[in-house]
Formats: sequence, structure tokens, C-alpha cells
Amino acid sequence: MPILDHLWIILALPLAGAAINGLFGKRWPQSAVNSVAVGSVTLAFLAVAELVREFSLLSPDQIPFVGNYFTWMVAGSFKVDFALQVDQLTVVMLLTVSFVGMLIHIYSTGYMAHEGGYYRFFSYLNLFMFFMLTLVMAANLIVMFVGWEGVGLCSYLLIGFWFLKKSAADAGKKAFIVTRVGDFGFTVGVLLVFATFGSIDFGTIFKAVAANPISEVTLTTICILLFTGAIGKSAQLPLYVWLPDAMEGPTPVSALIHAATMVTAGVYMVARMNPLFSRAPIAMLVVAIVGAVTAFYSATIGLVQTDIKKVLAYSTVSQLGYMFLACGVGSYAAGIFHLMTHAFFKGLLFLAAGSVIHAMGGEQDMMKMGGLAKKIPVTYWTMLIATLAIAGIPGFAGFFSKDEILEAAKSGPNANVILWLLGVAGAALTSFYMFRLVFLTFFGKPRYDEHKVHVHESPKNMTVPLAILALLSIFGGWFAAPKLVGGVDYFEKFLAPVFSMYAPPMAEPAVIIAQPEASAGMELLKALTGVPVIVAVLGLLVAWWLYIKSPETPKRWAQSVRGLYLLLLNKYYVDEIYAALIVRPLLWISTNLLWHGVDEGVIDGVVNGSARVARASGSQFRKLQSGNMRSYASWVLIGAVGFTVLLIALYVRVVH
Amino acid sequence: MILPFILFALCALLAVGGALALIFAREPIHSALALILVMVSLAVLYLLLGAPFVAAVQIIVYAGAVMVLFVFVIMLLNMGVEEHTNFSKIAKFAAWPLGLVLIVWSGYWLFHSRAASAIGTGAAMVPSSTRDLSKQLFQQYLFPFEATSILILIALLGALVMARKEE
Amino acid sequence: MSVIPVSWYLVLSAILFGLGVVAFVFKRNVITIFMSIELMLNAVNLAFVAFARALNQLDGLVFVFFVIVVAAAEAAVGLAIVIMLAQNRQSLSVERVNLLKF
Repeated sequence: MPILDHLWIILALPLAGAAINGLFGKRWPQSAVNSVAVGSVTLAFLAVAELVREFSLLSPDQIPFVGNYFTWMVAGSFKVDFALQVDQLTVVMLLTVSFVGMLIHIYSTGYMAHEGGYYRFFSYLNLFMFFMLTLVMAANLIVMFVGWEGVGLCSYLLIGFWFLKKSAADAGKKAFIVTRVGDFGFTVGVLLVFATFGSIDFGTIFKAVAANPISEVTLTTICILLFTGAIGKSAQLPLYVWLPDAMEGPTPVSALIHAATMVTAGVYMVARMNPLFSRAPIAMLVVAIVGAVTAFYSATIGLVQTDIKKVLAYSTVSQLGYMFLACGVGSYAAGIFHLMTHAFFKGLLFLAAGSVIHAMGGEQDMMKMGGLAKKIPVTYWTMLIATLAIAGIPGFAGFFSKDEILEAAKSGPNANVILWLLGVAGAALTSFYMFRLVFLTFFGKPRYDEHKVHVHESPKNMTVPLAILALLSIFGGWFAAPKLVGGVDYFEKFLAPVFSMYAPPMAEPAVIIAQPEASAGMELLKALTGVPVIVAVLGLLVAWWLYIKSPETPKRWAQSVRGLYLLLLNKYYVDEIYAALIVRPLLWISTNLLWHGVDEGVIDGVVNGSARVARASGSQFRKLQSGNMRSYASWVLIGAVGFTVLLIALYVRVVH
Repeated sequence: MILPFILFALCALLAVGGALALIFAREPIHSALALILVMVSLAVLYLLLGAPFVAAVQIIVYAGAVMVLFVFVIMLLNMGVEEHTNFSKIAKFAAWPLGLVLIVWSGYWLFHSRAASAIGTGAAMVPSSTRDLSKQLFQQYLFPFEATSILILIALLGALVMARKEE
Repeated sequence: MSVIPVSWYLVLSAILFGLGVVAFVFKRNVITIFMSIELMLNAVNLAFVAFARALNQLDGLVFVFFVIVVAAAEAAVGLAIVIMLAQNRQSLSVERVNLLKF
């Protein structure tokens, strides 16, 4: 079992690629950098494929397969090994990350071809792959945290890739700092886990929580703390503000990190920690509420944005909300399923948007586009497919995953009508603004100067990944299709052991509520005419009417609800609120209290003051060396007489 | 009967008076003469204490040779009126208090120490004989004796070297 | 017989020593300072002799002997130095010997 015995190879390959490109790539031609970067990721993907084959040969009691490579830290009873594990969830994540990552690497060779710092980009991208794979394969919380922080670092580096542009550098900082807030909660959560279980190894924790009753308060606290890390990393309310700004980075970065992989780390973490979450219903409710509210809230902002990438960014935040909603109502498999399909269609959306931007020579404002469908057909068709997927139109990948989530919210074990309503409303809005994006970009009359901008289709190394992802956006969801015709959701079945191995005993006797036996056909019809589909089609129709049939209407509507329109356009002024409430006071404190007060006053004061005291006392003591013998003699005699007096006194005391 | 007391009181007064004269004299030659007075009165006190040899040595060597040397040097270096510099502040203020503290404190406790007063000079006073003293000196203290003679030799050489004129 | 207690001699010795200390610090003339050293040595000699009598031992007297001898040697060398000093600084004030100041 070559790969299973040496799991670290999967990590080492992209790391080596990053190191080689980083150290030597500066003077290499682009083709050399390409081969190293794309090659390492491709090899990693092949290793993952081989891993899957070997994994399929394992027997159920060998899963999860853990490879312990070395003891990393030992401090008293705190022991951390560098251990990697493989189970079904890992396999799903590995396949998604490595395959989509590979496609995006290939795409980047085309997109970044005319950019400076080419080698640096690919070095960072490979480094990101290394950290993401570490996160996914980690067998304990600390190794996962290494990956967690590492992807945050790479996100910072890549968002601020064009670091000479102030907005990009600021966006990188914002991303890192905002996620830091979440990471702090995560760290406290990890510490609490160690304090409660005495270990941070997944196997140990899960066995312990299944065997012994742990106080629900402790578990809830742990889960909520860990979830705050997810709120930061996966851009949920209130820590989502960094993701729209992160669009300052190159589009492949947005595709890979902020759509397909890094932001899904939070969802993965929640799914991985399901034994703990399942035993803390309040925490799960928090997760579900945050997810559902974020899904709806972010969709409202996406309605009126004009930058193509910003729309997609808010859409990502919204879809992540759906994933958390799924986990929060107990359907972890649905959440992971949506994670996977989302990687396909959102990755595709970003890459296609990048293709559009590339074709438009750098223009990102949709209001300045239009009528591009005939000119860049491959981009158009792939983007259309992705939009159909995200809207949840039946037949495409997003339909299956979103439908499962909303089904779980409506009638699953922890169903909640309000959450379901929020989800449905969000789905409607999603469909609307995504089709709005497509219509504004590709339809209608060109709203740009056709003589200035020469629209051209992207090269093959960009369009082929688009095509592959489009295929996946269609067929990637069909694992779950059999369920609609009375069969079993293969995806859910595959992942079932992960979520049932340490699951708490169910209150109700059966997970699936007994339903009247309906024929396969009835099941399918019910699915096709369910509420999610209706609202998706509704959104499509409204968008069509507003942007194709009568294009003047949006402006009229915006004027009539001007206040609301401005509120949405300015993203509810959240950034401004944060700046006033948090950033400015903090800056004031750091400048006045810490900088002037502590650093200059106390620390410099002590250092300079001690020097001043030394100098002053020195100059005083210097006067002793007057050269005057009488002074010397008197000082000596003062000492001698004093000593004599003391001795006599002691003698007298002793004797008498 | 009371002769020893009178003698003691006289010599003590002379000694202290000489010391005070040494301090308050304006000319160094007067201080030298005062010191000679102190030494002579101390010699008498030694006699009183039954150490005739030491008294003799005091007069011959100390008052007779060392002080003469001092007087020679004072007269040789006839520097005239001594300039009245007073650069040291501490010396001006510390001198008398220092001395007085020392005198009063040690004097008081010496006076009232039981050990000292217990050992009176009451026993039949037999003056120490020179023979016994020389026996001690050349038997028990032979090494210090020889070392001291070398010391004198060195001092002699040193004074010679320093007094030579540069050629 | 003479019954002057030893303590009296010791007190006298202390007085003489203290006056020698005062003279040492107080006077400016180098030779006078030297003489105050001799005064202090004499005071110590007196103490030695007194104790020799009190303890009926001869060791004190031997010590006095050595003190006198060493004092003589010291005076010889010291006065030679004083002469050179006086020739060098053209003054007998000890405060003129101040080249080793800060």
C-alpha cells in the first residue's frame, strides 16, 4: 500500500513545488515554473487517486486509517504527533481539493501569463495546496490548526499578491486580521478540548465522548468556540467582511481559495467534529442560525452589486451559509455534498469570470459589459451551466445538494421552519442575482466602446479547465440522484460511517420518518415540483424580465426604494460600522496608550532613565576622585572609625 | 605613695598638651618640637610601667634620631610661609568630629571595661630586665628581627637612591 | 606600689591616637602629616607597653621594639620622598599633590 503507508507524500509534493519555485523560479522561464508547479499538483492528484484505490481495499475496521510519522511536541501530558488520517470524509475532501486545485493551476498558467512575479504566484499557490491538504488529512486538532493557519497565511500572501497596490495590501491585512479573531476562538476551543479530554487526537476525543458522558455545557462551549474559528475562516456573519475585499487578489486565487477550498475549511471542521456537535444541540442551533441568516443576508447584498467578482464573493458567503445550515440541522453529509458541488460550480464561476475579465482587458464592472455571448462562447456556455447549477435548476449538481439541505431543514431531525424559510428565500435571491449576472454580462447590447476593447476568447489552458468543471457541475451531483427514484443517495451512504461511528444514540427509533411507499415516479415528481425548484425558476424569470425584457425597470425600482437600494449597495454599511466601533478605538488606544504611553513613556523612560541615573550618579561619584589627599584620608578614616566604633559596640554588647 | 599618680598625671598632661600643640601650631618646626615633648613624656610613662629598655630606645632612636631627621628636613625645606589652601571640604568638616568620636567612644569603653580594670598594675612591679627581653627577641622573635634588619637595609638603599642627584 | 589601672594608660593612648587622627586630616603641611603618623604610632606603643605590664609578658615590649624600628625606616624613606616632592611642586602643601584627579 505505497500511498497509504506514506501519506506524507501527498503533502510533500506541493511543498517541494513551492520550495523549488520560490527559491529558484525567479530566473526560470515560465515553462519551467509551470512544469514544477502544475506538475507537483498533478502528481499530488495522482497520488490521491491511488490513495482512493487503496482505500477502497481497506476493511471497515481499518478506517480511519492513521499514519503517525513523528512525535512533534511533548510537554508534560500534552503530546502532539504529526499524524495524518484517511477516512471517507478525508477522501471526499482530498479529491475535491486536489482535482479542483489542479485545474486552477492549469488555468493560472494562462491567466497569469502576462503578470510579473509569476514564479511567486505559483510558489504561493503550491504552498497553499500543501497547507490545505494538511488541514484535510490531519488526525488531530493541532495539525489541523497548522493547516488552518497556513491557508490563512497563503490567503494573505495571495490576496496581496499585487502588494504595490494599496487596496490589495489592505485587503490582505483585513483578511488575516479578521480571520485571526475567529482563530482566537478556535485556539481557546482547542485548549478547552485538551483540558476536557486530555488529548487533541481525533480518535481519542471521539472515543472518549462516545464512552463517557461529558457535561453538555462544556461540549457546547467547545463547539461554539471552534465554530467561531469557522465563522472567521468561512466568512459567516459577523466575520465575513474580509471575503468581498479579498477579490483584490487575482481571479484564480478567488476561485481556489475563496470558493473551492479554504473557505470550506470551516465546514469541514464542523463535519469532522460531528461527534461533539451532535451532542451539543444548542451549538448546532447556533451553527444553523448563523448559516441560514448569513445565507439570506449575503444574498440581499449580492442583489445590487455591479462588480462581477463581488457578486460572486457574496454568493460564496451565502452558499457557505447553506453548508453550515445543513450541518446545523444534523445533515452533515448534505453539507459536505454541497461543499463539493459548490467547489465545482463556484470554482467554475470564478474562473469564467476571470475569463470574462481577461477578455474585457481587465474590466470588472458588469454595467460596462453586455452582449458577450457570441464573442466568447466557451466562457458563456460554461458560465451558464454553472449558474444553472448554483440556482438549483434540476439536472445540475447544485439542485441535488441544495435540495437535500432544504429538505433536511424542513423535515429532518432538527428541522426548523424559520431556517427553512430563510434558506428558501436565499435560494430565490441566489437564482435571481446569478441570472442577473449572466444577463448583464452576456446579453443585450454592448455597453462598452467596441473599438477600445477587443474581446477575445481565452487560450486553451484557460478554457479546458472551464469545460471540465462545467461537466462536473452537471454530473457531479448525480450521486444523489438515485434517491429521487427510490434508491439510495450514494454520497450519503459513502459518508455515513464518518457521521455514525460516534454519533449519539437517536431519540427517535428511526432516522428516516416512515413515509407511505410512493412509486419512484411520484418521488421524482415531488422533487421536481418542490419549493426550491419553484423559487429557482421564479428567480430566473424575474431576472429575465428585469434585464432582458425591460431593462429600464431596475433603475425605476432602485429610485423608488432609494434608501433600501443604497443600504444594500453599501453592504449595510457594515465596514463603516466596524471601522467606527472597533478599528478606530483600537488604533487610538494603540497610538496613544500603547505607543506614546507605554513604549515611549515607560519602556523608553526606564531605559533612558536608567542611563540618565547612571550618568548622573557617575558624575557625582566622579567628584570623589578629587586628587586631594586630605579628602581621601578623611573618607578612609570615616570608614575606619565607623568600623572601630561598631566593633567596640558589638564587643560591649557581647560581654555585658 | 602618690608619686606615681602625680608623675602619671604630669606626663599625661604633657603628652596631650604636646599633641594639641602639634595640631594647633602654625609652623611645622613647632609641631616637631611638640612631638619631641610627647615622646619624652611617653618615655617617662614607659619607665613608670617598668620597661626601662623601651624607654631608653624611645629616647635614643625615636626622639633622638627620627625626630632629629624630621627637624633637619624641615629646616632644609625652608619653604617660608605655608600657603593657606583649603580645597577639601570634607576634611574640614570631618576632622574634629572623627577624632572626637573615636576618643570618646573608645575612651569611655576602655575606661569602663571590666577586663582592663581587672588587670591592675597591682602586683609587685618588677621592671623587665633587658636580659629577658633580649632572650625573647633573639630566640622567639629571631625571624622578625632578621626580617626587620633587611627592611632597614632596603629603606637605606631606597633613601640613597632617591637622594642621589640626577647625572 | 603603683596601682595606676591599665585602663588609664589605655585611655591616654586612645586620646593621643584620636588627636593624631585629627592632625592627619586637618593639617596641610606634608611633614606635619607625617609627624601625626608618628604620634599615632607612639600612642599604639603606649598601649602595647601597658598591656605588657598588665599581662606580665614581654611580647608587648618586643613589639614596641619592632614598631620603633620600622617607624624609623619609614621616616627615612618617607622624608626622602617628601624632599623630592617639595623640589617638584615647589610647595609643601599636600593639596598641591593632586595630579591623579578625574
